[in-house]
Amino acid sequence: MEGTARELEVRVHGRGGQGVVTAAELLSIAAFEEGRHAQAFPSFGSERTGAPVVSFCRIADAPIRTHEPIAEPDALIVQDPTLLRGDDVFAGVGPDAYVLVNSGRGFEELGLGELARGFRDERLLAVPASEIARRHLGRPLPNAALLGAFAALTGALRLDSIEAAIRERFPGDGGERNAAAAQECFALAQRRLSEVAHA
Amino acid sequence: MLRQVEGSAAVAETVARCRPEVVCAYPISPQTHIVEGLSDLVRDGTLAPCEYVTVESEFAALSVCIGASAAGARAYTATASQGLLFMAEALYNASGLGLPIVMTVTNRAIGAPINIWNDHSDAMSQRDCGWVQLYAADNQEAVDLHMQAFRIAERLSLPVMVCMDGFVLTHAYERIDVPSAEQVDAFLPPFEPRQVLDPAAPVTIGALVGPEAFAEVRYLSHARQMQALEAIPDVADEFARVFDRPSGGLVHGYRADDAETVVVALGSVLGTIEEAVDAMREEGVRIGALAVKSFRPFPARTVRAALRRAKRVVVLERALAPGAGGVLSSDVRVALKEAPLDVHTVVAGLGGRPIGGESLRRLFADAGAGRLEPLTFLDLDRERVEAELGATALNGGSGTTVGSGA
Repeated sequence: MEGTARELEVRVHGRGGQGVVTAAELLSIAAFEEGRHAQAFPSFGSERTGAPVVSFCRIADAPIRTHEPIAEPDALIVQDPTLLRGDDVFAGVGPDAYVLVNSGRGFEELGLGELARGFRDERLLAVPASEIARRHLGRPLPNAALLGAFAALTGALRLDSIEAAIRERFPGDGGERNAAAAQECFALAQRRLSEVAHA
Repeated sequence: MLRQVEGSAAVAETVARCRPEVVCAYPISPQTHIVEGLSDLVRDGTLAPCEYVTVESEFAALSVCIGASAAGARAYTATASQGLLFMAEALYNASGLGLPIVMTVTNRAIGAPINIWNDHSDAMSQRDCGWVQLYAADNQEAVDLHMQAFRIAERLSLPVMVCMDGFVLTHAYERIDVPSAEQVDAFLPPFEPRQVLDPAAPVTIGALVGPEAFAEVRYLSHARQMQALEAIPDVADEFARVFDRPSGGLVHGYRADDAETVVVALGSVLGTIEEAVDAMREEGVRIGALAVKSFRPFPARTVRAALRRAKRVVVLERALAPGAGGVLSSDVRVALKEAPLDVHTVVAGLGGRPIGGESLRRLFADAGAGRLEPLTFLDLDRERVEAELGATALNGGSGTTVGSGA
């Protein structure tokens, strides 16, 4: 009897309107594109624009049976660095977790130097996803760019399946622009990570 | 076709492929994505012929469905929580008139205090309204049960509720096999109503019935529900033939045949229960699960047969009957008759409280060790309720004192 193979559990933190729920959904579609099983769901609150929102995504090679929220994520995506001041973003996050933050500033600059030292260097990444998004979309919607960086950081999903998910969800020009943002942020993340590896 | 899709979107598309001729609903969380999806499909002509009727309340929504169904149309609606309560009077009319309406209930708690999250209080509160109640364990089953619901409803001329957990299923993106129009057409024939309201051949339905015949009408309502005990597995078998996957039926056992402890539950918590069962089986614990798929009619004989080798039963309830305890467990106890079994009621997951695998494993271990009370509330904050009970005792026992500084 196979148990659920819980390969990767992801928690996304952001604010209402940033596409927090969409981020988890896109991850699940990208995983599906790769023939894997995935489950994405929001934190089920009465969300409104600007309020903190959480969403979840499980990715596995076997069917996913459980429907409980993710309490101990393997990866964290933080769409809005102002949320890092709260205590609940890192709840249940272990030292081996991947942490991806949308910020043009590094963890030291964000005042998170001590916190960052609790994680593995090669699993910790801050990328200016909102700036990249602004260039490609004209609006600071960091979702697609962050998912590109997520693919580079975790290696759990391929960039082309992230792009396919984006194009499926946003057909036409919007999808192309978002896919371009994902590509740029993927490349940036790869450069940053290879700098860490050779440091 | 297999797709990674939101539960609500998959249900909306599937319902559309069941070709309802009238859809009438009033929006309420967490049902909204389903009816929004259907209204889009009607507007863009994908679902045709179909009239999407917008109304001012749930009472009107079901009343429109009653009228449409009586006039011979395949009718569909969806609601949740307080919306279902607002339909209560019309629910009895739909079943009393034998109208095969299908309704999705995206299960949600009932206030006060107001709470939009998932539990089974809404559907359970309408347990005796004469509708068939089917519970989906996951989104694939939610999709499948809608196709089966129209078959069951129209075969028996009886309304059917498909219950799916609000948010947990409705808002989850999962891998779902969404049926094509051809597949649904192969499974679900066009609706042939038993009786049609037609101005050209007038009849009266729902007329006054006095003491001389009312009991007989109610008896027939019960008899039709009991016929559903045969129709539901028949339709599930037929479904498996067409779609090549098991879905629905009366109950579904999971590693229950040789289990000493069997956990009985409804809905989406079953996936988490199955994982807990697997983990405990690896440690040598003889435990299994029994999913009740049809809550009304209640398959007492099937449940009894499935539990005949068990030593103890843990009924996990997503609802509470205040002053009595469990709702589902009352039915399980009656089904077991005088069998020498310990039946424990565990109230869990009220108002969206997550039911975690770890809590479940602890709970089941307690049951196995004989440490479980007859009525337990999973993960209850004892300190908080005891402080409140103590404070109300001091204040003469009326009203809440939490936060009042007393």
